[in-house]
Amino acid sequence: MEIGLNHYLVLSTILFAIGLVGVMRRKNLLMLFFATEILLNSVNISFAAISHYYGDLTGQMFAFFVIAIAASEVAVGLGLLIVWHKKHNNIDLDSMSTMRG
Amino acid sequence: MFEAIAFYLFAFLTISMFYIAVTTSQALYALSALAAGMIFISAFFFILGADFLGAVQIVVYSGAVMALYAFGMMFFDTTREIKEKQGNKAIVLGLSIISAILVVAIVAAPIVGNNIEALYPMVEGAGNTQEVGMVLFTKYLVPFEVAAVMLLVAMIAGIVLAGKKMDLSLTLMSEAEIMMMKEEDKNKKALS
Repeated sequence: MEIGLNHYLVLSTILFAIGLVGVMRRKNLLMLFFATEILLNSVNISFAAISHYYGDLTGQMFAFFVIAIAASEVAVGLGLLIVWHKKHNNIDLDSMSTMRG
Repeated sequence: MFEAIAFYLFAFLTISMFYIAVTTSQALYALSALAAGMIFISAFFFILGADFLGAVQIVVYSGAVMALYAFGMMFFDTTREIKEKQGNKAIVLGLSIISAILVVAIVAAPIVGNNIEALYPMVEGAGNTQEVGMVLFTKYLVPFEVAAVMLLVAMIAGIVLAGKKMDLSLTLMSEAEIMMMKEEDKNKKALS
């Protein structure tokens, strides 16, 4: 059986849905970061698949930039998380409601 | 044939690993499951002929990002069980609706994009890494440089945020102030 573009897109959708569930139900901020990594990776798969099946390199370029952005997001996010943990001694999302209107 | 076997095998492995990463209540299990899932995803890139992207995926995600998370977890108390949000029916309903729309849109996308032509077609007789270099350093040179600056900014931000006493500047302080600071540190250590 031939593997087509749709196979990869459906796989990417399933992974994206898993990441979405993780973003919605996690309370711990570190776990929330893990879920966002899953989201970014699922998009990368569909970029690479489209790049392969259309014979175009733009998809792979976008995947590279997504990886670069994910790396810098992790660096800054973890730094902020460490600062928050030093101050409040927990990293639960519910404790970050001071800006609620 | 082999492509199909590899695709289904790695699809099953990736989905199960990410499912574990999302549902488990232990932070360490989630971290290791996520690292395994990242490596399995690079297999898809190798199947699709994007060799350089696969290597970058392994180096950056499993090497750098996962190591960063592992170091970050040393700061947090990861041994206790993670509390979860109580099940909310509205969230479940909204999630399933969003997922359904997503499936329809993604499966319909190739039909809509049937007449798309390759903007930067692959060069005959060149390896994937060579092609990537040719496109990256001509058409995408400016975004590449901007990404480099962004990574530098992120690195400095990480150092300043996670380091100790980064809000003080030793070069701007006088000798007396520095000596006073050292004395205070000694007193704190003696007290604790």
